[in-house]
Amino acid sequence: MREITYRQALNEALAEELERDPNVFLMGEEVAEYHGAYKVSQGLLERFGPKRIIDTPISENGFAGLGVGAAMVGLRPIVEFMTFSFSFVAFDQVVNNAPNMFTMSGGQFNIPITFRGPNGPAHQLGATHSHATEPLYANAPGLKICTPATPRDAKGLLKTAVRDNNPVLVLEAELLYSSKGMVELPDEELLIPLGQAEVKREGSDVSIICYAQTVQLALAAAAQLEEENISSEIVDLRSIKPLDEKAIFDSVAKTHRVVIVEQDRPFCGVGAEVCYRIQKNIFDALDAPIIRVSQEDVPMPYNERLEKAVLPNAGKLIAAVKKVCYA
Amino acid sequence: MQPAEQRDEVEMLALMLLIRRFEERASQQYQAQKIGGFCHLYIGQEAVVAGAVAATRDDDYIITAYRDHAHALARGTNADACMAELFGKETGCSRGLGGSMHFFNRSRHMYGGHAIVGAHVPLAAGMAFAIKYRGEDRVTLCFFGDGAINQGSFHEALNLMALYKLPIVLICENNLFAMGTSVKRSTSLKQIVDRAEGYDIPGEIVDGMNFREVRDKLAEIVSSIRKDPHPAFVEIRTYRYRGHSMSDPASYRTKAELEKYRLDDPITRLRAQLTREGKLTHEQFDKIDKQAKETVLASVKFAEKSPEPPLEKLYDYTYADGAKP
Repeated sequence: MREITYRQALNEALAEELERDPNVFLMGEEVAEYHGAYKVSQGLLERFGPKRIIDTPISENGFAGLGVGAAMVGLRPIVEFMTFSFSFVAFDQVVNNAPNMFTMSGGQFNIPITFRGPNGPAHQLGATHSHATEPLYANAPGLKICTPATPRDAKGLLKTAVRDNNPVLVLEAELLYSSKGMVELPDEELLIPLGQAEVKREGSDVSIICYAQTVQLALAAAAQLEEENISSEIVDLRSIKPLDEKAIFDSVAKTHRVVIVEQDRPFCGVGAEVCYRIQKNIFDALDAPIIRVSQEDVPMPYNERLEKAVLPNAGKLIAAVKKVCYA
Repeated sequence: MQPAEQRDEVEMLALMLLIRRFEERASQQYQAQKIGGFCHLYIGQEAVVAGAVAATRDDDYIITAYRDHAHALARGTNADACMAELFGKETGCSRGLGGSMHFFNRSRHMYGGHAIVGAHVPLAAGMAFAIKYRGEDRVTLCFFGDGAINQGSFHEALNLMALYKLPIVLICENNLFAMGTSVKRSTSLKQIVDRAEGYDIPGEIVDGMNFREVRDKLAEIVSSIRKDPHPAFVEIRTYRYRGHSMSDPASYRTKAELEKYRLDDPITRLRAQLTREGKLTHEQFDKIDKQAKETVLASVKFAEKSPEPPLEKLYDYTYADGAKP
């Protein structure tokens, strides 16, 4: 193990998969000569050449669809969206073509494509650039969605996504790109299965269910809560779809209290689905109503103070935990 | 692979007849409520797909929009599987899960059957991209209607095809109407082929009622693409005798206009050419037509007695690995 950044972890995952399989290629805006808007593809053009590291014009619908078509005939494209907020321009390709093809063709055409890029609010990017897209895509059957929160998960999940035979969205986070963490050495194959949550911290009083950017938030809150003698278990979903119900239920059966902290909006958000499944399956295990901490239901304001007010934060999360613990 | 020039014209006429008789029978079965959803018929346009198939190899890629029954048949999908798909049966070419607008045949390189107007044009770019990526000499044939050329996906894809010099023939089946809106009410161009010029893609106009013209023009284009990959555009002028779909009486056009095109019928025209040249007798034609009718009638029987897709397989075709959400 050694410590690397989330950005380096993604870069290693891309390089290893490009090296392993000649059918893999990376395509997107500024991925080649500019080395990626967030430098995730640094050095890949020099190593793999312009045939496999491909700059595109600003045509998300066009190049996302090109990726799906290439996947129909056996290539394994990795399509980068500069941010998933821009993926809306390609929405038809991502929700209508990629995941429907396998069904519509009666199982003749699976689409082994990876769509990746930063997702979720960053810092003062305003309404158009701050979308957390996961609930929208989670509503489309046929897609798989993962949301790595650490460098290790970023590498292991991206590599698995590239090898998966279905369309997979790897939702990264701009605010995590420079974060550091321990990751296996490059000569150790690191594959993390989709649909497998991870308990990032064990605890006994409350389950805090989180993913992506809210994992660090939950860990920080847990440290603070520990000082007040509240022991939090942090369950990082890692994948939104498939959803690891077992890991969620196991934790809830242990703590009997749940707070879900998510980076998306409240209405039909990821937490709504998680919450529904908990009450439906293990209602008797609950000692308190579940509370969700999410964004406020407004388009993201530019103003820094208002943006902070919209986002989930440690204060909101701690208050929610205390409420479910009647503390 | 069978080179284009060897494809027998009488066989191509038989294909056009099969398509027409299939569509006539589909229309009848739709009215009898054996077929659900939307159903778009190809009658009148047969020379386009027949000419294209005659000009290409069996391993070239074909992709089209939702008026797709003919393209599946032209690629050798048997009429049974096509009719069964319309009936929503498990024996259909998409196991009854696709329907009229989503015919697929992987083994025959027929890549759909796509029902969002223009959305398959980027897919075609990807298929052509893969050909070039692997250094093959195949060509992708991308069919679409005149309505597709005003979609953003179409424009984005054409730019990408030209930029990356992808081996693809863009085949605009201009039947003059995007659903009920005529080209002149939808498109700010003197002629559709001019769209290609904006992307530095060579374009030509072809008479879609003339099988030989379609075949010869496409053969020439395809041969130049195989030597040096690039996109090319053809505006094939054709006409659909029926409405946009089964529910459309086509009241937006005149009887006189329809009659004018009917007199120029692509099947009648190829038949006359072959007869004049002594390559086809009336008896032979009647035999071919009878065969087409019988094949299609048998396909209805096949579809009727085929089983429905089993309910317990409902989740089997969502994820390739059977993952459960």
